[in-house]
This record gives sequence, structure tokens and C-alpha cells, in this order.
Amino acid sequence: MGKVFRFHKDVDTDQIIASQYLLYPTVDEMKVHAFESLDANFASEVKPGDFVVADDNFGCGSSREQAPAVLKALGVRAVLAPSFARIFYRNCINIGLPAIVCDGLYAAVETGDEITLDMEKGTVTAKGRTFPCTKLPVHLQKILDQGGLISSLDNPEA
Amino acid sequence: MGSTLIEKIFAHNIGAASVKAGDIITVNVDRVMIHDIFIPFVKDKFEEMGFQKIWNPERTVLIYDHLVPASQLDDPRHHKIGDDFCDKYGVRNVHRSDGICHQLMTEAGYVKPGDVAFGTDSHTVTYGCVGAFSTGIGYTEMASILGTGKLWVRVPETIRVNIEGTLPEGVTSKDVILTIIGDLRADGATYKSLEFAGSTVEAMSVASRMTMSNMTVECGAKCGLFSPDEKTAEYCGLDGLDSFLQTLHGDDDAVYAQVLNYRAEDFVPVMACPSQVDKIKPVTQVIAEASEIEEGNIVPGVGLIKDGSIRVDQVFIGSCTNGRLEDLQAAASILKGKQVAPFVKLIVTPASRKIYREALADGTLATLAEAGAMITTPGCGLCCGRTGGILTDNEVVVATNNRNFLGRMGTSKVNIYLASPITAAKCAVAGKIVE
Repeated sequence: MGKVFRFHKDVDTDQIIASQYLLYPTVDEMKVHAFESLDANFASEVKPGDFVVADDNFGCGSSREQAPAVLKALGVRAVLAPSFARIFYRNCINIGLPAIVCDGLYAAVETGDEITLDMEKGTVTAKGRTFPCTKLPVHLQKILDQGGLISSLDNPEA
Repeated sequence: MGSTLIEKIFAHNIGAASVKAGDIITVNVDRVMIHDIFIPFVKDKFEEMGFQKIWNPERTVLIYDHLVPASQLDDPRHHKIGDDFCDKYGVRNVHRSDGICHQLMTEAGYVKPGDVAFGTDSHTVTYGCVGAFSTGIGYTEMASILGTGKLWVRVPETIRVNIEGTLPEGVTSKDVILTIIGDLRADGATYKSLEFAGSTVEAMSVASRMTMSNMTVECGAKCGLFSPDEKTAEYCGLDGLDSFLQTLHGDDDAVYAQVLNYRAEDFVPVMACPSQVDKIKPVTQVIAEASEIEEGNIVPGVGLIKDGSIRVDQVFIGSCTNGRLEDLQAAASILKGKQVAPFVKLIVTPASRKIYREALADGTLATLAEAGAMITTPGCGLCCGRTGGILTDNEVVVATNNRNFLGRMGTSKVNIYLASPITAAKCAVAGKIVE
């Protein structure tokens, strides 16, 4: 179970982590600025195991892998939206942050609500309601299960 | 059954008779591009993956453009890491002050029609202008390509965009692509290929097509493709199109996810209004809406209303979207013999050194400078909000680049309007948004 941080439609990667912080040497130094322009308290309030829930086209804009990386570094368990921008989605899989396509959830929850994710069943439970989510193709799930592309390259047979 | 343009490029790349949308294939990468912001992260991941050498240093290009000239303390560190990386792994295709990566990749001959290319930047889609597949990826995937020369891709569905006829005077390919993005919306082409065809795009220069391919990512597209033609061959230094390149067009009986038909005569000058790339309005509508607001009011997301329109504090003409010679010439044709409004800062940034020299030689830069422009070194410049020209709360900038996201050019209360070089130049003279 984790807390929801809810964001709108078309959230671009500049809002997830602004350009000026990309020059910081490490993701750990950037992460305190996540979502700064949309919710200045996000980075201090989010706890490991919490969720980002958004409307369509989450992560549009630039190719910066730091966008999913700062969320993962802050302990975000998964990002859930009806749809994701292409590069953001690939980057999530490659770094091992679950980006989960889920219809209906955005309209049903508010920031602060508690939800439960069952990746194996492919469901999210919020306020007693269960929402189905789209499962990943097997080879992508394998990359995700191994914690990202680097770990999966290390274990090609796994 | 026929094939789309992207299906033909991918089938040729993997040596298959055909591939279809939805297939997952592993492509052989013809060229990769890394720029200065992400090279430290690519290097770290590459070494973390345990690779000892780059699969093909000749196919690897490193371009410094976002942080050129270095303006903040962290910037030179990126260039130092890049230089060391190239020395260690034998990468010789390095550009340290020659211009924007997406301009150089085709201008310097790295990407040819039919190629498959990847870059650590979302605007890598630009090379679709010559009929190449190219798209942006993250630094972890780039590191894995450097080690293996391969990447898996899903063959995308295609949205075909037919445009027929002659564009009205003063309407450019920027107005065309902004209008299409407004119609498709910011996610309307997500995961898909956009394929442009028709007499209007056939009549366009490669530079104008580049503006359109460049912005296809703003509606989520994986690529934005034009069929190569004689103009493409000349631009790419090819001795005509070989038999494969001659097949690079969408077949009439190919399967399209969607077909959009436009009449060129219907296009008008438009702007993307703050702060969404798909918030497209005709310039006349922007002015009409402003005239409804009381003089002297500052409206968040609009700007200051002055003299019956929106006051413009700065104009930026440049970027990989609209920093080419024809763009600078179009701006100069408006600015010739005129002065920008006294309170307007006009920043002009040629997309490459080659363009800078051509615009110098033909008098374009002189015309712009005489009108009051600040002409800066080739590179990304203000587009990524790094190397000069950032703005503050409630200020308005009319810019020719590709994104108007919150906070991209200064504070999150800066109002960024995206437009063609012609509209931008007119606004610079008037000091307010005009058509």
C-alpha cells in the first residue's frame, strides 16, 4: 500500500525534472527538485512505496532518462497513467521503474489516497474498487523484473 | 499488400522481405548521436555494463551544442568527460562548436536516406526529413547500442498526412506542422510514424521539411518521414537515388492507422500559446482575444496587454526547428530597413557554423544586426534555456523553436509563444503580437 501523488494530462519531462538540474553530477542530487514547478513539496513528502498517478501522455517532451530516474531514486513504486509518452516509457523499463497503463484510476483517486498494486495479477485497488492494468509483454517484463536493462544484460539467460 | 515508408526502411535494415506494424524487430544501427548534456551518463552506463569497446566508433557522433559556449560551472565538466571518452574509445566524429546536433547529423553527412539512427535527444526525429528513421532514446539504451550496435524496436503504425496545393504567402512549414500538432494533440501520434506526402511537401526545401520532422515528437510520434527525392539527394551529396531509395514512399495499398488530408491554401500563420505545444491558435485569434482584455492588465499564461495586443519582450529566432538559412533570410526580409521595437531583445542563433557563414556571406546577418538583432554563436542557445536570454515572471517571448513548456526559458511564469520566423520577426518590429 502506498500514497497517491496525482498529476494532470501531458505532464512533460521538464516538469518532472527541470533542465537546469540535469547538469548535477548524480541523480541523487537532482531528485529533491522532482516536480518542483507543479508541487514544491513532492520531493519532501513522497515516501518509498508511494505512487505517481497521472492522466494521459505522462512524460512527454525530452528524452531525459533522469525523469524516471529521480522518481525511482525517491522510492516511487510505480507510475500509473492511461498512456505514456514513448521515450519515457522505454526509459522506465530500462531503469526498472514500473510504468503501468491503467484506465479509470486517474478519475477515481486524489492525492493522498492509499492504493495497492498487484503487478502479478495486473490490478490496482483504490477505495475498495479494483482497476485492471495492462500487463507488459514477456520480454519487457523480464527486463523490469531484473531491475532494468543493465541487470538484464548481465543475466541474459535469466 | 503494400508497405508504409517506415515498414520499408525497417525491412531493408534487417534484410527481410517485409515487416508489418506491430512486429518487434532488432535493428542494425547505422548511426548514433550523443550530445553534451548526456555524455557523462552514457559513459557511466557504458562502463557499468562492462563493455570494453564501442561496437563501431565510426558510426558514433558526439556533438557539443546545449552547453556551448560553456556558461555555468558544471558545463565544462561535461565537455571534459566527452573528450576523455572519445580519446579512450577512439571516437573521432566530435563537434565542439559547429552547431546543433540535429542540424549537423544530416548537414555533415552522418545520416543518409534509408538509415536507422538513434540519439540521446527527443528531437532526433529530425532526420526523417531525408527519409531516415531516427528517434530519441535514453542514456542507458544508448550505452547498450554503443556496446552492441543493435536495438529492439516495435514497427510503428503510420499516420499518413497528405498536403496538396500551394501555401499562401507568409505561411511556412512551421505553421503547417504547428497546425497538424494542434489537430492531433500532444499525444495524437504517440508510438506512431508520421508520413508526409503530397504536392505541398514535394515543393518544400529539405530545410522546410526538417522543421516539420523536428516537431513530430511534439505530438508523440516515433518518427516523421518524408520520401527522399532529387532535393534530398543533392542535400545529402548523393549521386541520385539508388533503386532502394526510389522505393521509399508509402504504397497506396499500405495499411494506415489514420489518414489526414489538408489543402495548403487553408493554412494560416499560427502560434503555440503558453504553455502547451498543442495549444495552437491562428495569430489573428491570439490578437482578437487579447483585444478583449483591458489595456494594462497582466494575465497569467497570456502576458501584458499593451496597445491592444500582447506586449513582446523578446524574440528568439534559431534552434534545430527554425535556425536555418531560409529562416534567417525570411526574418531578414521582414526586418530589412526597419528597427526592432526599443524594448525588444531580438536574439538570432544560426543552427550551425555553415549556416552562420552562409548568412554572413549573403548579407543576411548584416541586415539582422542593423535591425538590432543580437547574433549569437551557433548552438541550442535559448531553446534549452542555458546559454543566454532567459526571461522572468510575466514576460513574453515569441520564439521559433519547438517547445514552450513551463520554465524552459527562465521562470515558470514566462509566457512562450512558438511561431514561424516570419511571425517572430514581425512581432520584434511591432513590440507586440501581430500578424
